[in-house]
Amino acid sequence: MTAELVRGQNHPLPQTRLEIRVSAGHPIVAGATLGDEQGTVRGTEWVAHPAAPQLPGIDVSRQAAADHRLAVDLGAVPEAVHRVNVLLALPTGVGGPTRFGAMPAPFVAVTGLDGTEVASYTITDLDSESAVVALELYRRQGAWKVRAVGQGYAGGLAAMLHDQGLPEAAALAARINEAVAQGMARSVAPPPPRPDGEGRVRTATAGGGAATAEPAAVPQQAPPPAPPGTAPGGPGSGGPGSGGPGSGGPVNYQHPGRRTSAPPTPPPPAPPAEPGRPAQPVAGDASGWTMDERLYNQVWGMFEDLARTAAAYRSAVDFADSRMEKELDGVLSDPRTRFGPEADAAREQARAKHTALVEQARAVLDRDLAQLAAEAEVVEPALPPAFARWDSPVWQAYQVPMEIPMALRLGELHLPERRDLRIPMLVRLPLERGLWIDSGRDGLSEAVAVDSGELRRLAADTAVAHAARLLAVYPAGEFTVHVIDPAGSAAASFAPLLRSGVLREPPATGAQGVSAMLAALTRRVDLVQMAVRSGAADALPPDLDIAEQLLIVHDFPHGFDDRAVTQLRYLADEGPSVGVHLMMVADRRDAQAYGPVLDPLWRSLLRVTPVPDEHLADPWVGHAWTYEPSLVPAGSQVVEQVLARVVQARQAYGR
Amino acid sequence: MTVNMSKGQAISLQKADGGTLTAVRMGLGWQAAPRRGLFGSRTREIDLDASAVLFADKQPVDVVFFRHLVSDDGSVRHTGDNLVGGAGQGGDDEAILVDLQRVPVHIDQIIFTVNSFTGQTFAEVQNAFCRLVDETNGQELARYTLTGGGQYTAQIMAKVQRDGAGWQMKAVGEPANGRTFQDLMPHILPHL
Repeated sequence: MTAELVRGQNHPLPQTRLEIRVSAGHPIVAGATLGDEQGTVRGTEWVAHPAAPQLPGIDVSRQAAADHRLAVDLGAVPEAVHRVNVLLALPTGVGGPTRFGAMPAPFVAVTGLDGTEVASYTITDLDSESAVVALELYRRQGAWKVRAVGQGYAGGLAAMLHDQGLPEAAALAARINEAVAQGMARSVAPPPPRPDGEGRVRTATAGGGAATAEPAAVPQQAPPPAPPGTAPGGPGSGGPGSGGPGSGGPVNYQHPGRRTSAPPTPPPPAPPAEPGRPAQPVAGDASGWTMDERLYNQVWGMFEDLARTAAAYRSAVDFADSRMEKELDGVLSDPRTRFGPEADAAREQARAKHTALVEQARAVLDRDLAQLAAEAEVVEPALPPAFARWDSPVWQAYQVPMEIPMALRLGELHLPERRDLRIPMLVRLPLERGLWIDSGRDGLSEAVAVDSGELRRLAADTAVAHAARLLAVYPAGEFTVHVIDPAGSAAASFAPLLRSGVLREPPATGAQGVSAMLAALTRRVDLVQMAVRSGAADALPPDLDIAEQLLIVHDFPHGFDDRAVTQLRYLADEGPSVGVHLMMVADRRDAQAYGPVLDPLWRSLLRVTPVPDEHLADPWVGHAWTYEPSLVPAGSQVVEQVLARVVQARQAYGR
Repeated sequence: MTVNMSKGQAISLQKADGGTLTAVRMGLGWQAAPRRGLFGSRTREIDLDASAVLFADKQPVDVVFFRHLVSDDGSVRHTGDNLVGGAGQGGDDEAILVDLQRVPVHIDQIIFTVNSFTGQTFAEVQNAFCRLVDETNGQELARYTLTGGGQYTAQIMAKVQRDGAGWQMKAVGEPANGRTFQDLMPHILPHL
């Protein structure tokens, strides 16, 4: 039944509504171009690509992925269209292979809506090509056929589009790559394959600048922090059972992956389940060396389970829809049975089958959601401050920690299937990428009833909430926050940081303040990089702050000159590896005057929003999740209290 | 107690104590190709692949194989591609885990297949077997010996299908030829 095509071979298409499935080992971009009788693409509006995913009759996906499903309705494409080219391309500038030869041969299949495969084609013999025309669907005497093309282009998308007669080929290719890279900023990074808690102990060779920010490696730093457990007046939050190498000794010879401590305490035993009912969920019911690590793994496990459970439900409902449609079509297409009681009965039956399957799927979904909700109910109160909501009681008993936690809560995620089931969004520390808190309305759904001034204020508040949390979860004096607020327009939002004294200097204002601040941080990145490369950490000047640095940039790009923009890009690129992080509070539209020079900046940051917004994708099945930032409840003084403790602890340690 | 299954034999996946199975594993094991004399390091590896095709109403809706290790819903997981086989001591070299409780409701049949990706026929592969294991207690439910399977490069192993509220397994054991499960689709369809 399935025709396995070889290059150049064609095959008739039995129907006009089709799905084209693409699978490749690595994320690729899939698109389609429409051609007239001569095969010429008449303009950019004849190209379906991630930035413009929908054309009449064609629907492609918005982001690069290893698997794609393109929906095609050949009955709906314009009359002038005689060819539809399905094209694949490797995303540029986001890492990953740059030529098809470096990855497994892509596989494309044309299937009916019900999943029956009509034809398939494995694109072999690709080498240096980075874009390829996979299939061509074309009209021949009123009927549509498919041809396996497999024409690759080493010049990438631009060369391919140019070859199809598109005058603005290069510009469009750039736009597509831009949209794809932007898609990367909208996706949650996948969890590390086996989180084993490295980076949990500061002396371990954690990614990022842990080694360089190691206080003990800098002799000028007078009192090294006391090892966990022996701190004077000890805020004894050293983490039970994590007694790995302390941060005391000058040199640590221990293999970072090896522990000398006793085996971790086993997870709390689950109470025996009542027969016939699922086991009662327990907080910390996952693998890990410490309770924090177990909770972290458990939260990621819940995230994956929710993603997959929703995928199961959605695929069952889709299947029920398509089966009913097919059955109703079947009744309609036979003139003998189109009318009359038999037809009515058949229609009724098709609808009943649909309802039954959807109900069954919903029941399974509800069962799984109830289980996850019960788990969330026990997990949420057990979370340590770094993972907890601001209204959690653990913040009331907050103590300045002795070591950095493994992750930080940025907010929570939920799916439309059940809005009250919230999964904490945890990112690993030290931060691997900066944050961009989008203060613009672009990309927000229309339903968000907030005007742009209010949105800016919320964005600044969100930045403060994230910064306060970072300050609180790092040990005393090991995290420094700087603020650039050129026009001083967010002074009210930054007031809690300033009042409590955690900011070492007031927000930088004016062009001069901006350039001084950026110069100082650039210098720090340069010096630490040099020290790391030459292995001379003790040669750093004594006045250098070796704590991790966070720079909050408010109201970008007002008050920034070209030089400042270049420095920001440098900080975004080079900073994270030496412990300098960026938090941009910006509306991308405002920065458009700078043109594409800023695109790498946006795409290197994780975009989050100050209001609930559906823009983050999970790493497994790519659902759109609604992100909601972790904000301080109105009227709560928790941030002030926590920051006061941070300042007290700094004074106690003489930092 | 292991059942050595023969073609067409059906067993219901009911436990002895009356409870139904919740998780099963299809394991596939084979012995690596023997080294030969001079230039013995030149690879002649045997790569067998286990796949599971998920059907809803006789339409394939998802496949779990070495290029797609987890079904979208997460209920069927492949433990990873093994390209060379094991020592032939009876351990599984590739395995597919099925969480039967979480299989989406529209999926009513799951077909397990084995293919020889490198093209050796089962007559050439030593100590190859395929088995179905109750994942909750490790008990082997059924076992097939592939070795001596004649001049074939693929086999449709077994079918797990919904049976009322539970599941039932049927041994298929039909030999076929093909490199991946895609080549087997025409042979699979009659068994649905």
